[in-house]
Amino acid sequence: MNWKPAIGLEVHVQLKTRSKLFCGCSTAYGSEPNTQVCPVCLGYPGAMPVLNREAVRLTVRTGLMIGSEIPGFSKFDRKSYFYPDMPKNYQVSQYDQPFCVGGGVDIQVEGRTRRIRIVRIHLEEDVAKNMHFRTVSGIDFNRGGVPLMEIVSYPDLESPEEAQAFLLALKQILQYIDVSDCNLEAGNIRCDVNCSVRPADQAALGTKTEIKNMNTFKGVFHALEHEIQRQVSVLEGGGRVYQETLRWDPDAGATHAMRSKEDAHDYRYFPEPDLPPVRLDPAVVDGWRASLPEAPRVRRERLVREYGIPDYDAGVLTADQAVADYFEAAVRHASNAKAVSNWIMTEMLRRLSERAMDIRSVRISPESLGNLVQLTERRTLNSNTAKDVFAELFEQGGDPRSIVERRGLARISDPAALESLVDRVLTEQARSAADYRAGKAAALQFLVGQVMRLSKGQADPHQTADLLKSRLKT
Amino acid sequence: MTMDVSNLTVTKAVESLSENAVRSVDLVQALIGRIRERDPVLGAYVDLNEADALEQAAVADTRRAQGGAGRLLGVPLAIKDVLNVRGQSCRCGSRILEGYVSPYDATVVARLRAEGAVLLGRTNMDEFAMGSSTENSALKVTRNPANTAHVPGGSSGGSAAAVAGGIALASLGSDTGGSIRQPAAFCGCVGLKPTYGRVSRYGLVAFASSLDQVGPLTRNVRDAALLLGIIAGRDPADATTADVPVPDYAAGFTDSLKGVRLGLPREYFVDGMDPDVEGRVREAVAVCRGLGAEIVPVSLPHTEYAIATYYIIATAEASANLARYDGVRYGFRADGAEDSLDLYVRTRAQGFGPEVKRRIILGTYVLSSGYYDAYYLSAQKVRTLIRGDFDAAFQQCDAILAPVTPTPAYRFGERTGDPLSMYLSDIFTATINLAGICALSVPCGLTGGGLPVGLQVIGPAFGESAILRVGHAYERSRDGKAGA
Ligand SMILES: [Zn+2]
Repeated sequence: MNWKPAIGLEVHVQLKTRSKLFCGCSTAYGSEPNTQVCPVCLGYPGAMPVLNREAVRLTVRTGLMIGSEIPGFSKFDRKSYFYPDMPKNYQVSQYDQPFCVGGGVDIQVEGRTRRIRIVRIHLEEDVAKNMHFRTVSGIDFNRGGVPLMEIVSYPDLESPEEAQAFLLALKQILQYIDVSDCNLEAGNIRCDVNCSVRPADQAALGTKTEIKNMNTFKGVFHALEHEIQRQVSVLEGGGRVYQETLRWDPDAGATHAMRSKEDAHDYRYFPEPDLPPVRLDPAVVDGWRASLPEAPRVRRERLVREYGIPDYDAGVLTADQAVADYFEAAVRHASNAKAVSNWIMTEMLRRLSERAMDIRSVRISPESLGNLVQLTERRTLNSNTAKDVFAELFEQGGDPRSIVERRGLARISDPAALESLVDRVLTEQARSAADYRAGKAAALQFLVGQVMRLSKGQADPHQTADLLKSRLKT
Repeated sequence: MTMDVSNLTVTKAVESLSENAVRSVDLVQALIGRIRERDPVLGAYVDLNEADALEQAAVADTRRAQGGAGRLLGVPLAIKDVLNVRGQSCRCGSRILEGYVSPYDATVVARLRAEGAVLLGRTNMDEFAMGSSTENSALKVTRNPANTAHVPGGSSGGSAAAVAGGIALASLGSDTGGSIRQPAAFCGCVGLKPTYGRVSRYGLVAFASSLDQVGPLTRNVRDAALLLGIIAGRDPADATTADVPVPDYAAGFTDSLKGVRLGLPREYFVDGMDPDVEGRVREAVAVCRGLGAEIVPVSLPHTEYAIATYYIIATAEASANLARYDGVRYGFRADGAEDSLDLYVRTRAQGFGPEVKRRIILGTYVLSSGYYDAYYLSAQKVRTLIRGDFDAAFQQCDAILAPVTPTPAYRFGERTGDPLSMYLSDIFTATINLAGICALSVPCGLTGGGLPVGLQVIGPAFGESAILRVGHAYERSRDGKAGA
């Protein structure tokens, strides 16, 4: 039989805020355990939460980017369960009135583009980190209370490849709009995966299982490959799949059922009485919407259409929003968009990656790059000198025209100046001139070389050759 | 010099201190002397910070000598064991917070400190403010100063006994369902439950977050007005505080109640009420009429559902609020645990008393899947109806007069075996917390057996000025000596 999987993801993303969701403690990663804590995030008696508005903005920004509806009225709820990583033994989360509802994320797998629907996005506090040592266990509360955005998808994904593509697409969007660092090593993105299989011709979904706490995209892929296989063999063997929570063991390459005790939660959600409901001012949300960048895919298409650059170039430029911004700013000062794109894709990105730098902090302004491109376009600079000028601009910034002037790099375009150089060479190299007149064509190259030498490389080789030829004819 | 502190009000102390008639150190010493004498019987204090209080008093005296100001500069106050004071224990009358030392000041405590108050000691209470007699304290027994065979009420029983018993000038308590007003009525002092959101809860150990409020217990209404003016106001650390200006609450005080309409709710004078309590309250109503007030009948038709509603909401919130006491980070930790679940079970089984356990279980039950709609959600709907009752009543009057409790203080052990009758005695007070409005308890005489009775003055949200004005005028007419 042909089996069809249905996969849904709940992706937990740490937001890029300076302070935690409900207190002023730092969210910096990698500090000594329990150095970024206070009565609020340690759940001390009497401490109360105060909502971090920036976390709300980043959550709503994400929703706006993927086309969610923003209901404008939202509240927090307490989710109760006892676990050492939860200082209050309840987590402040959102049960039935999240910040964002609906939306979708486009994925491309094997040339096919599909939109994966999103159920909701809500905001909650992260839990602390349990650490196990030889004889004792410890808890690092630095992570406890960091804002965590949970993005829940519909079970629209049909293969492990699609699940992976979804996570990558989501990661790209989140980085592009600057709401999360998406650093997997630091645990910025974790997800729970649910999965079921059914006969390909059946509409109703099969019984699903949930694999908890995945923290690598590769892990999601392998766990799904395994789980789909397992469910198919169970069903083909005449058995049935039970709804249960599983843990992925990457070393064994297998999923294990969690003890039912860990699984049987009644979270007893109720509205968080310490936080008034959040009413979002529609004007504020409109402002957030207006500040959104174009989606990478939309912008890529626009760059091709508007500037006539190849799709490949547009893809490279839009991979980073700041690079695309730089390109569009530079193009305003140059007539050849493809030339600007070439400079960015080669010289600029190479130097940036050598220095591990961000384009936002380069010294060469988009206007300078545009001007530099114009100088080469007008043939004031040849390509080698242009690279020298770029190097100086990259290191020190400044105006390419004044660099050219100061260093005397301009190509000799004044016909009179070139003529005098040519005449001088024809006098000094009378023998070569005679050779050329006698039919030795190669002598011309030597003469051009001499003019170039005298001009310190600023003469245009084609123009020089033309002038020499016309002089030698007479 | 030595001075008699047993009848001293905060207002009078501030006056004496500012006239340099007395030093803060003398005041504190005199009070400590009284406490040594009286508290072995009353059991009001669970912690007395003698050395620290004398040091604070000396600092206050120096500040004053150097021209420093502060509305409470050098005035000693007692704090209920439910409020965090940096560097002090905060046990909430429970074993489970044994060994916990507060790393921070509650906002109200910080505001008292900023005005120069001396934090003298911590007062006893029912464990986690759950109770109406202070018999649920795991720490000690507190007795009613009017008759030591009787309970002081609760949960702020220690605060009320200290103030009424002459061993504290004033105290801060907390009121979730009557915990300030009921012990004030039982012991014979003034107690104010402010409007929800009027006073910051940051640093108040939570019992039921949507009902809890901090308020003063004092020897007269003017002191309550003074302390409220200091602790009230928006606090960035408590998102539920309201951004409503804080007036001078004593500014409108007069001896007359002309032009004031006072409502009398028929549902608050019920069968089975103690006749002496009803008698004293009706006399007080007559006194108010005599002062020029117009008395109008009002109705609060959903009153009969208040206790059920209150115990659903309060216990639901408590079940989550008290989940943090697990022996992991602070406080009591049981020995011999095999794993984390075992640690929770042992710590909580040994650390909490029976009433706290009963309420956690109740609250857990009403929030459980399948029961949430029937209990918690219904209770929230009734709560809205109860609010509506008061909104309608306050269309007809400026404040409402009522008893605080159906009976005077009872004897120890009289109700401990019957939690339901204990719960039912909260009817006139818990309703106010559900509505989120304000109410004042003012002494209005004694029963035939010599036990104090309280008159409750109930006001609309942020109507503290009105109820304090009524309370003050009534108090002045009753005994000129308590006013100032
Ligand atoms: Zn913190």
